Amino acid sequence: MNSGLVFAMAGTLLFALGTAGVLLVRALFRRILAFNVMGSGAFLVLVGLAQRTGPPDPVTQAMVLTGIVVAVAATALALALVRRLHALTGRLEIQQRNDE
Amino acid sequence: MSGGLALDLLLAASLLWSGWRAVATQDPYRSVVYFIVFGLLMTLAWARLEAPDIALAEAAIGAGLTGALLLDAIDALRSRRRTK
Amino acid sequence: MRAVAVILSAAAFAGIVIAQLLRLSTPVVDLPALVGERIPVSGVAHPVTAVLLNFRGYDTLLEIGVLLLAAVIVLAARGDEPAMNPAALPSAEPPIQMFARATTGPMIVVAVYLLWAGAYQPGGAFQAGAVLAAMAVLLYLAGVTGNWAKPGMALRAGLTGGFLLFLGVAASLLIRGVLLQYPVEHAGQLILLIEAGLTVSLGLILASLFLFLAADPPR
Repeated sequence: MNSGLVFAMAGTLLFALGTAGVLLVRALFRRILAFNVMGSGAFLVLVGLAQRTGPPDPVTQAMVLTGIVVAVAATALALALVRRLHALTGRLEIQQRNDE
Repeated sequence: MSGGLALDLLLAASLLWSGWRAVATQDPYRSVVYFIVFGLLMTLAWARLEAPDIALAEAAIGAGLTGALLLDAIDALRSRRRTK
Repeated sequence: MRAVAVILSAAAFAGIVIAQLLRLSTPVVDLPALVGERIPVSGVAHPVTAVLLNFRGYDTLLEIGVLLLAAVIVLAARGDEPAMNPAALPSAEPPIQMFARATTGPMIVVAVYLLWAGAYQPGGAFQAGAVLAAMAVLLYLAGVTGNWAKPGMALRAGLTGGFLLFLGVAASLLIRGVLLQYPVEHAGQLILLIEAGLTVSLGLILASLFLFLAADPPR
């Protein structure tokens, strides 16, 4: 059990946590946070699994580096859309048609 | 249990705790603070995983810029509600 | 009811994946060794930079295109927001402004160093661009510069320049038959050139993600 596997497991749990947050949280703003937690969990799994054997793996590190930058752009875009929705309608949630 | 493994487990537990609090807190401002803490703990995790490039990028972009974006959005979403 | 179902399935998913994670054997392809063999022909000494700019350069090209697209959409989604509550606008106190101006020079030096050092040690275009973006956001928050609600020609040129430069290098290399295959003797210089363009553009794009939507500063 080396550090790679520990963080890979933590990453899986974070991904599951983030997914549950995206599906269950009503407020759009916190949904964006949950989405980021999902992304960070996925990155941890990538690098953690690559790290479980010996030397650091540059390919997965490059992929995660790309992923972090794209994730911040996606977050900024999501926030811009939420702000626009709020400016146009005053709402911070998406109305569900049929609630269970 | 070696020192490195204990540090990793502690770090992983802190990551899970701050991620959980970021998603579950009702107040947007507090959830952003938990999220910034989450980002900084991720930087430590990347350092433990021997990925200094990712640690640099996570600290600047993941914790710093994303935190600034979120706080600015909170301001915009709050003050407009008051003027409506 | 829905909440219980989601939480249970998320927990089950995590449990199954973790159980499989613990049973994984060593990977068939040894990527670090493969990359390590080809470092001498890549033009740089740091493996992550070599992968980002040379071996998987196509991914980086597409990435900067995606970032540019996100910046354009953020600008389009701005709308006509009226000025915000003045108490929330950035402060214009002289000590903060002086500090912000004083750190501009060192931050540019740090960014250039990170860019240059990316060839030998951790660093590179993304980290340098992030420092530049942080500098721009700091200058806005201190009240030294305004927001970028109406980007002028120079800003637009800077935003697109990195992507166009990378695309230009890739296209000109297409003449030799393969996309993004650098000639070995010039690989290091081409990578540095592309990274320089990427740093400036990435800094401007990341800063504009914040500054396109920021409030107007007080008069």
